[in-house]
Amino acid sequence: MATTDALIEIADASVNFGGVAAVQGASLAIRRGEFVAVVGPNGSGKTTLLRLLHGVVAHSGLRIVQAGGEPQAMVFQRPFLLRLSARDNLRLALWLAARRWPAQERRARIDAALRKVGLWPLRERAARSLSGGEQQRLALARAWALGPAVLFLDEPTASLDPSAKKEVESVLAAFAAEGTTLVMSTHNLGQAKRLATRVVFMDEGRIALDLPTADFFARSGRDARADRFLAGDLPWSLD
Amino acid sequence: MNAFADSAATAAGLIVHADPVLVRTMALSFAVSGAACAIAAVFGLFAGAWLAATRFRGRRVMLWALDTMLALPSVVVGLVVYLLLSRSGPLGSWGILFTPVAMVIAQTILVLPVIAALARQVVAGALRDGGEQLRSFGAGPLACALLMLLHERWAVLTLLLIAFGRAIAEVGAVMIVGGNIDGVTRVMTTSIALETSKGDLPLALALGVVLLAVVALLNGLIALLPREAGGERAEAS
Repeated sequence: MATTDALIEIADASVNFGGVAAVQGASLAIRRGEFVAVVGPNGSGKTTLLRLLHGVVAHSGLRIVQAGGEPQAMVFQRPFLLRLSARDNLRLALWLAARRWPAQERRARIDAALRKVGLWPLRERAARSLSGGEQQRLALARAWALGPAVLFLDEPTASLDPSAKKEVESVLAAFAAEGTTLVMSTHNLGQAKRLATRVVFMDEGRIALDLPTADFFARSGRDARADRFLAGDLPWSLD
Repeated sequence: MNAFADSAATAAGLIVHADPVLVRTMALSFAVSGAACAIAAVFGLFAGAWLAATRFRGRRVMLWALDTMLALPSVVVGLVVYLLLSRSGPLGSWGILFTPVAMVIAQTILVLPVIAALARQVVAGALRDGGEQLRSFGAGPLACALLMLLHERWAVLTLLLIAFGRAIAEVGAVMIVGGNIDGVTRVMTTSIALETSKGDLPLALALGVVLLAVVALLNGLIALLPREAGGERAEAS
């Protein structure tokens, strides 16, 4: 592999679901400190690409994680929270992830994560009784508490109202500011423009473009399909 | 109609006067069925979680066999356990035939498939929703499945109540392996069968009403247990 500073790298990787190619021949390197937005029409393979990078889906081709295997975490579009309190959801995630932190540090991380996303006052509330935005922030806190070097986000604001969307975006911006590498799939090009440092455009299971955010939106190096996508001829949204 | 009226009056009288024979019989019914469900729960919940989480050659056959076992006739279970525990059987040396222990064994066999099959369905549904999220934290398939039992604890409680209902209402197995010995192995359902055979239909019906009333009371108490505060939102909105 050519890249040496990549935290995660895939080369000519493909994912098939029952004979249907969800991702085909993808090559991509995620470098430390980047905020990568994966955009594309519905069914273009964005979510599968994230799952492939995260290593939770069977694939062909190469997937290389930096030596030392720095921890990763993923926040799914519909956060799955156990029927426990907000704080217990974080406790359990840390226990499952088998982080070798002393109990005191574990507690401190959980408390810091809940404060970071503004859920400290709701820490003892049943997680599944929280609002949609609060549930998504709790999922972000849970992922952050694991201390990931790379955090994958699958359309984290897709089903949220504008104010909840804004809350989640500010949490993501804070994560990025402190150096967490973020890879986010989104339908929302405005969000990609606001947050990302790099845009990967997926089309029909292939990585069609991989450009710095400014270049992607300035049309330099864009292809015809990406132009159609940005023109709204393929399903997308900008808000 | 007289038989129904007599039954209602008899049932009320038995409950109001806390008839000692009735109390003893009811206590044994609950002890036997409760113990059987507790033992079956340990193995059945684990088996159900395991079947939901793992994929292996022959799994479909195992699921088909498990679903078939849901229709297991209690008299057949009683007969098999009787043959195993009878003096000439392979486990005859244990000397437990016609004891409550034999009844517990028979009922455990009867409800184990119920618990395993229903637990598998509950866990499989939960894994579809959140299995990938838990795996992304590093949990193995079995750990995910066992956590889902905790996550779906109210559904698990409901399936245990279903299993308990099947156990306490069955008569075939306990009659064969228990022998319906007064004061030793007589439970509510075998008492009902005995009174029916004696022709005392109002008393038999009254015992049925008492059994149903006590189980209804138990279910009611469980339904009153505090669940999640503040209700639940199924998904982000």
